[in-house]
Amino acid sequence: MAVIELKNITFTYNKNTPSAVCALDHVSLKIDGAADGITGLIGHTGSGKSTLVQMLNGLLKPDEGQVILDGTDIWAEPKKIRDVRFKAGLVMQYPEYQLFAETVREDIAFGPKNMGLTGDELNTRVLEAAKFSGLAPELLDKSPFELSGGQKRRAALAGVMAMQPKILILDEPAAGLDPVGRRDILGGIRQYAGESSTTVIIVSHSMEDMAMYCDKLVVMADAKVLMHRTCAEVFSEYQELISVGLDVPQITRIAAALAENGADIGADIYTVDYAVKQLLKKL
Amino acid sequence: MQKNPIIKAEHLTFSYPGDSESKPVRALDDVSFEIEEGSFTAILGHNGSGKSTLAKLLCMVNYPDSGKLFLCGKDLTDPDVTDEDILAARRDIGMVFQNPDNQIVASIVEEDVAFGCENLGIPSAEIRKRVDQALEQVGMTKHARSSPHNLSGGQKQRIAIAGVIAMKRKCVIFDESTAMLDPLGRQDVMNTAMKLNREDGITVILITHYMSEAALADRIIVMDHGKILRDGTPSEVFSDPEAMWDAGLDVPQTTELLYKMRQAGLDVRLDLFDVNDCAAEIARAIKRARGGK
Repeated sequence: MAVIELKNITFTYNKNTPSAVCALDHVSLKIDGAADGITGLIGHTGSGKSTLVQMLNGLLKPDEGQVILDGTDIWAEPKKIRDVRFKAGLVMQYPEYQLFAETVREDIAFGPKNMGLTGDELNTRVLEAAKFSGLAPELLDKSPFELSGGQKRRAALAGVMAMQPKILILDEPAAGLDPVGRRDILGGIRQYAGESSTTVIIVSHSMEDMAMYCDKLVVMADAKVLMHRTCAEVFSEYQELISVGLDVPQITRIAAALAENGADIGADIYTVDYAVKQLLKKL
Repeated sequence: MQKNPIIKAEHLTFSYPGDSESKPVRALDDVSFEIEEGSFTAILGHNGSGKSTLAKLLCMVNYPDSGKLFLCGKDLTDPDVTDEDILAARRDIGMVFQNPDNQIVASIVEEDVAFGCENLGIPSAEIRKRVDQALEQVGMTKHARSSPHNLSGGQKQRIAIAGVIAMKRKCVIFDESTAMLDPLGRQDVMNTAMKLNREDGITVILITHYMSEAALADRIIVMDHGKILRDGTPSEVFSDPEAMWDAGLDVPQTTELLYKMRQAGLDVRLDLFDVNDCAAEIARAIKRARGGK
């Protein structure tokens, strides 16, 4: 069964005013947790990505259509929408700006505490989340403001992971980090997805990162879902992606140029190592 | 003709003060370099390597603990330097930051571009002229009367750049100005930065985590642990991918592919950053290798 199912969702900002903007136009989408692996969500600025993400944890209510998580329509009982926020955890862009508690431990505990957890159970959650996010235990009693940028990002991530959401949505989790920081945090998320049976969705503008860490991609353009396929399938639609203001990893463009130069290694190239493997077959 | 350095740093050292619980952190350690007027320099380095500290020193937001810093030939670290001198020097350097939403202050695009000039007390007729010209230079003339919140991230960054141009800065520092943008927005900002440099002779310093952007510069300075690790053209700096990986950095995918093909025994050069050049080089080498069999 699909963990996430969007049925014919439509949403307009500033509805019934002259500045009305349709952000989602009859969008339907099914994401099947474990079988789909990590889903990447890409689209140019204003394509509807962020609106879609806010639909998934009930921050926005669709004008039309249904959001079904785990078989339940989340708006069937609007009073219970708070529970949905624990089920679908959203890590916003630059989440480290939202750290506020006196210690890292308290900050991570904030979410689960609001869920009603106390004592040992709460403590275990905090420790597990810290471990998953790659935060060393000795950092837990420091002030969040003593941490480095990368550590702060992990602490904020741990705060959402500690709620053990069934669905974890991350908006640009690696923005502003250097190559090693990006690899650590995205690699950590990948490991977490594998070990915790959480459905993970990553939103990012970096096609190279998406190619490396996601299994399937949802491409948004002009308020609609343009494609929902594997990385290889999506990136082989090179021209179409460019036409909707997106890009492909540089290596995919090199592969296209190789084909023009008489060394065709296929259109489904999106990592350097795979390109090397295919090129070596030519020798 | 030998061009004058617009920035000259000699043995710059800077530490962030510690407190009762933590020791002071040395962010820059004996850093010396010159930036030629009209050049395009990229600064790379992992988080915490000293890149942003260096940028803050160059626009005199922070003051070095020791060493000398010359801007346009003026020694700003001279003990006799006055606040007026520092203010004047600061007027030669502009900065574009990472988050587009943190640097827009007005509710109309052209007012935002005029904001800096107004603070400098420039007569309004002159401001009008400069704002129109700056908007033209960044290709945002038709949005002059729009509200900034309706613009895309890349367009907002171009507005921020126009604000810097209107103040007639000789040197613009881009501090990860593309980090929050989508692919089109990134291209937008990079094209604008290159145009400013090539056509208007403005000195550009680009701090970035994107190796493909750094490859477009004339020169790359790699920072590591508060020191300069490498300094050279993109070809020189990226020709040793292992060293870059060791420093927690990366190389463009063109270089990575060429390097891995060379390791597999293919005779290719490494210093090609254009996608088509890279592909042509590999295709040629493959043809040669097969011909030799």
